[in-house]
Amino acid sequence: MCGIAGLIYKGKSSNVGSEMTAMLQALRHRGPDSTGFAVYGQGNPGEYVMRFVTAEQEEMASGYDMIEIVAGRLAEVEKRLAEHGVEVKDRQAATDYAHRFVISCDSDMESLARHIEDIEGVEIMSLGNGLELIKDLGDATVVSEQYGLESFKGTHGLGHTRMATESDVDIRSAHPYWAFPYNDVAVVHNGQITNYWLMRRQMERKGHRFMSNCDSELLAVYTADNLANGISLEDSLKSSIEEIDGVFTYLVATSDSLGMAKDTMAAKPLVLYESDDLIAMASEEVSIRAILPQEIETTDPYDEEVRVWQA
Amino acid sequence: MASVSDADLKQMTQEERVTALGMRTDQLTGRAMRIEFNPDEEERFEYPWAPAVDFNKRTELDVDEMTSTEVNTRIRELMAEGYGTIVIKNPRGKHSLGVGILTKLNLIFEGSLGYFGVGLIDGPNVTINGRVGWSCGENMLAGTIVVNKNAGSTFGAAIRGGDLVSKGSVGSRTGIDQKGGTILVGGNTGALTGFMMQRGRMVICGNAGKNLGDSMYDGTIYVGGEIQSLGVDAVPGELTDLDKAWLTRKLTQYGLMPEKGVDHFRKIVAGRQLWNYDNLEPSEKKIVL
Repeated sequence: MCGIAGLIYKGKSSNVGSEMTAMLQALRHRGPDSTGFAVYGQGNPGEYVMRFVTAEQEEMASGYDMIEIVAGRLAEVEKRLAEHGVEVKDRQAATDYAHRFVISCDSDMESLARHIEDIEGVEIMSLGNGLELIKDLGDATVVSEQYGLESFKGTHGLGHTRMATESDVDIRSAHPYWAFPYNDVAVVHNGQITNYWLMRRQMERKGHRFMSNCDSELLAVYTADNLANGISLEDSLKSSIEEIDGVFTYLVATSDSLGMAKDTMAAKPLVLYESDDLIAMASEEVSIRAILPQEIETTDPYDEEVRVWQA
Repeated sequence: MASVSDADLKQMTQEERVTALGMRTDQLTGRAMRIEFNPDEEERFEYPWAPAVDFNKRTELDVDEMTSTEVNTRIRELMAEGYGTIVIKNPRGKHSLGVGILTKLNLIFEGSLGYFGVGLIDGPNVTINGRVGWSCGENMLAGTIVVNKNAGSTFGAAIRGGDLVSKGSVGSRTGIDQKGGTILVGGNTGALTGFMMQRGRMVICGNAGKNLGDSMYDGTIYVGGEIQSLGVDAVPGELTDLDKAWLTRKLTQYGLMPEKGVDHFRKIVAGRQLWNYDNLEPSEKKIVL
């Protein structure tokens, strides 16, 4: 089933981390397998936040050697960063396998990302100036506490609670998906994409990489491909309704905007709240009520509806 | 069954035309239809276990800290205590509130509901001073539900009787599989409204999305605004004086009467080109219908 949620403030920051946690926890019944957040703060100029994992959560319990193995993978990440002339300004780790590096570099980011992901078991969750992409197994409260998200302040964010239906219960199949290699772009999706393999092969022929077999990842790659070709986010969302088959509602966030698209059948839900300074949306009203308990006006976007809001 | 030509219609009496255009196709039976078409009837059906509630006995229930199950259980307890008017405070988008109430009751929600609000009801009068999520009033048999704001998709799915009203706009697939009763929408409705509708009436005061009435078997849809497109086998019907009188009465009843009246409404009925019932045995027809 899955649940998605997003919010964006116009011209101001708020406690986006705690608000997204509350919204996603209210959607727990739609998918308890994993939870993911993409939240956007104020990054420092010239710096990038790279979030990456060196193993899957269940892999960590597979033997005594895993601590040593992930330590080796982390050392290899450090080594390759150095080879690209990257300066690591800050290192944090929420778990034995999930890391957050603040880096500064002038080299080609795509080349860097591909080199890092060439290490076995290593996957970059996100790379961007303001984006922090966090995802792990468990509900919103568990993941948020594990990664210290409650104190995060920012302008906007999106998130996902996943009920695994077509791929595994693991971090790489969890949402949001970073639109590799496009900085600061993340996607969450509720639905099923029926021309996934056809579209995936098209994207792979263009050189895009897929880290999972989850159909939702296609939307991130598709968005990245469009943005890389100079297509605006709004136009990308509109074209996706024509080119992607299936039933879907998905959200895309960039460094300063948040967008949504619904398929031609409007078969997947989204409830929308708009005010002068806040736009909030979620699969169910109960999620919006988690941060806006007062009586408010909400609407259901219609079929083929595309909206984009600026922070 | 073949579609009805204009020439055929001109030869018919008003009663025959009403039937031919999908206003009514067979003998109306059952409790919901009796209430709909004979409001003055004194004898009403009640379930033997229905509590004797007093509409003048009123109570309020703050459900902010309660689960949906606890809320619904408490409503039944209050009805057993004789409360005939129950006001629910702070529903805050909870799902499945007020479902399965099978007797008379004034139920008022001060706030918005989530999915499947007041589904499967048979008799209560429900007012929702807020919005409702998907599938409000699903499978309702009788009674009234008045939503004073917007509603989500599949509003009134498989409704069999009663009046279901949204004074705002509603989502997609409104009245999907509608089998009776009346759905009124003050604003717009989304795609595939009236999909596979089988009986009953639907009124959209605003615009209707694409594929309106797709694959409808029977029933009638009235639209006051623009229709993006008609679905398969949905065709325009003639708006008769009987239609106008009914629209006027119904819309006035719920405060939805447009200033410019109802003459501009368009009527959509089944073209019946998809019908295959003539090939069925009578017993099979009974099952299908």
